[in-house]
Amino acid sequence: MNHLLIAPIVLPALVAPFIIMALRYHIDLQRIFSLASNVLLVAIAMALAVQAADGTVQVYELGDWQAPFGIVLVLDRLSAMMVLLTTVLALAVNLYAVGSKWDERGANFHPLFLFQMMGIIGAFLTGDAFNLFVFFEVLLIASYGLMIHGGGARRFQAGVQYVVFNLLGSTLFLFALGTIYGVTGTLNLADLAVRVAELPAEDTALIRVGAIMLLLVFAIKASLLPLHFWLPASYANAPAPVAALFAIMTKVGAYSILRIYTLVFGPDVAVVEGLVDSWLLPAALLTVAIGAIGVLGSKEIGRLMSFGAITSVGTLLTAIALFTPEATAAALYYTVHSTLAAAALFLVADMVRQRQGDDIAPKPVMAQSGLISVLFFIAAIATAGMPPLSGFLGKLLILDAARDNTLAVWVWAVILTSSLITIMGFARAGTMIFWKSHGLPRDDSMAEPEIEVEHRHGGDGARTAPTPALPFVATFGLLAGLVALTLFAGPMMRYTSATANDLFAPQAYIETVLANRDRPVSDPDPDEAADYNAGQDSASEAAAEESN
Amino acid sequence: MEFLVASAVGLLTAAGIYLVLRRRTFPVILGTSLLSYAVNVFLFASGRLASNAPPILNKYADVAYSDPLPQALVLTAIVISFGMTAVVVMVALGAYLSARNDNINMDDTAPAQGEDA
Repeated sequence: MNHLLIAPIVLPALVAPFIIMALRYHIDLQRIFSLASNVLLVAIAMALAVQAADGTVQVYELGDWQAPFGIVLVLDRLSAMMVLLTTVLALAVNLYAVGSKWDERGANFHPLFLFQMMGIIGAFLTGDAFNLFVFFEVLLIASYGLMIHGGGARRFQAGVQYVVFNLLGSTLFLFALGTIYGVTGTLNLADLAVRVAELPAEDTALIRVGAIMLLLVFAIKASLLPLHFWLPASYANAPAPVAALFAIMTKVGAYSILRIYTLVFGPDVAVVEGLVDSWLLPAALLTVAIGAIGVLGSKEIGRLMSFGAITSVGTLLTAIALFTPEATAAALYYTVHSTLAAAALFLVADMVRQRQGDDIAPKPVMAQSGLISVLFFIAAIATAGMPPLSGFLGKLLILDAARDNTLAVWVWAVILTSSLITIMGFARAGTMIFWKSHGLPRDDSMAEPEIEVEHRHGGDGARTAPTPALPFVATFGLLAGLVALTLFAGPMMRYTSATANDLFAPQAYIETVLANRDRPVSDPDPDEAADYNAGQDSASEAAAEESN
Repeated sequence: MEFLVASAVGLLTAAGIYLVLRRRTFPVILGTSLLSYAVNVFLFASGRLASNAPPILNKYADVAYSDPLPQALVLTAIVISFGMTAVVVMVALGAYLSARNDNINMDDTAPAQGEDA
């Protein structure tokens, strides 16, 4: 077995408690350990991605128990890509959190951050449905702590909503798992795929209920309409680096939908026929529409970004809901794009909020207005899907893949119209925040950023006290990722196409996971059996004597 | 026994959903706890109900046994839901103490403390 597979889960699981116990009062050391392990995680994820790039599926049997009896971790192209995306995003966010000193505003930011990464990476790697639930809980309980990091009444109130909503989602997840286990007698994903395909056609009611409940759970995570209500308030009130990290959390839901509904309840599985594809696509399109309207109607910059995130996850789910290899390849490309773009948007939003508050309204010119407006512009056109960045390519690929679907007209109409509305929403916000402020008289009493001077950041015409460069480096890093994604769209699409083909032909996955299923456990030994029976007999005799 | 367990799960779920839809955080937390009890019993039943049977497969004789896996799942689920309840109580307490208001929604025009929700 290749122990590298479990390294990205074990590493944060070790470093986080170490930080809590040994480095509690040393923020500098916390930062060093957190960033160093984050860099190490990126390296591990890259190694895993290289190993998975040729399409081999690797299985890690925890405790050397063979599937389906033990829990397995499975590395294929899809999980390798998602793990790499998570670690890279987390590194940028971590840099931002350190640079903007968000991590000092409350206790235990870095341990929670590492636990959150552990949960997300585990959810991507696991090959067991109940283990998926456990990793969901790990990432959720860490996200509860991160959500209320820094405190404040609004944040706590949003936190209560977020926690309660996700608790209900977890309960539903357990109900779904119980139902599925009751019908199939297994929770290993590969084994489930085999057994669900073998279910008799007349005995489908329960498994259909289970499949739909599971879809609802993942829809809550992915904030699919009408289960998106938790997202705007939570993301808008969460600390900015946390909201940026949460950009990957909706993708955990989308990933789970993609994994389970291609592997277990695939499009050609008879017992769940017509369940998912008939619901998911309209719901995803409505999500896109609601997100776009929200972008146009938001009065605060945090909510604007949250609805931008809803639009992009809706677009992603639209592509997944088409359930064809082409559309899935486009969806995977769009996943990488929208994660980086949404994270960049949240970071830019935070820069604006730190300087002039949350309202979208003309206010006196802020520090580094020029630089921030450039960042805002790039992130906004990437999110809205304007050329030349990867958002445009992603949406183009999705629209192209939707061509053969019966609802193609709807897909085209909704995505194109909502892109237009999103552009208008972002243009309105950008105009208000960055342009109209120049018409106002300059007001020096306006609160300047309360950020300690640490690094000198010259050369961009900053008018006020120099601010740390690290937040800008982190945000530019994310945007550079978008540019790279655009430039290397060809290789990237080859990778995602291969991934999508793997997903729609899951035999290799199933066979690799269940390869050791018939590995002999020690055969019943006849002598031992005789001894056992003799023992039973004497025991029952003794019992009989006693009762006499 | 099946009827008893099934109606217990149904009753707990119904009560839990009713409480979750309330406006104040305290009933909502009670509701999530009830729901987690319901799901624990439900998970237990997903391995079929068997009484007086050991959770061990006997490889020599064909005797009744109860499925051990749901028991392990329930154990995990109990631990997780217990921890989550503790977290939600602390977060709700934090919200109440910082906002002086334990409404679950964030509407600023919500009725103040003391009014019937």
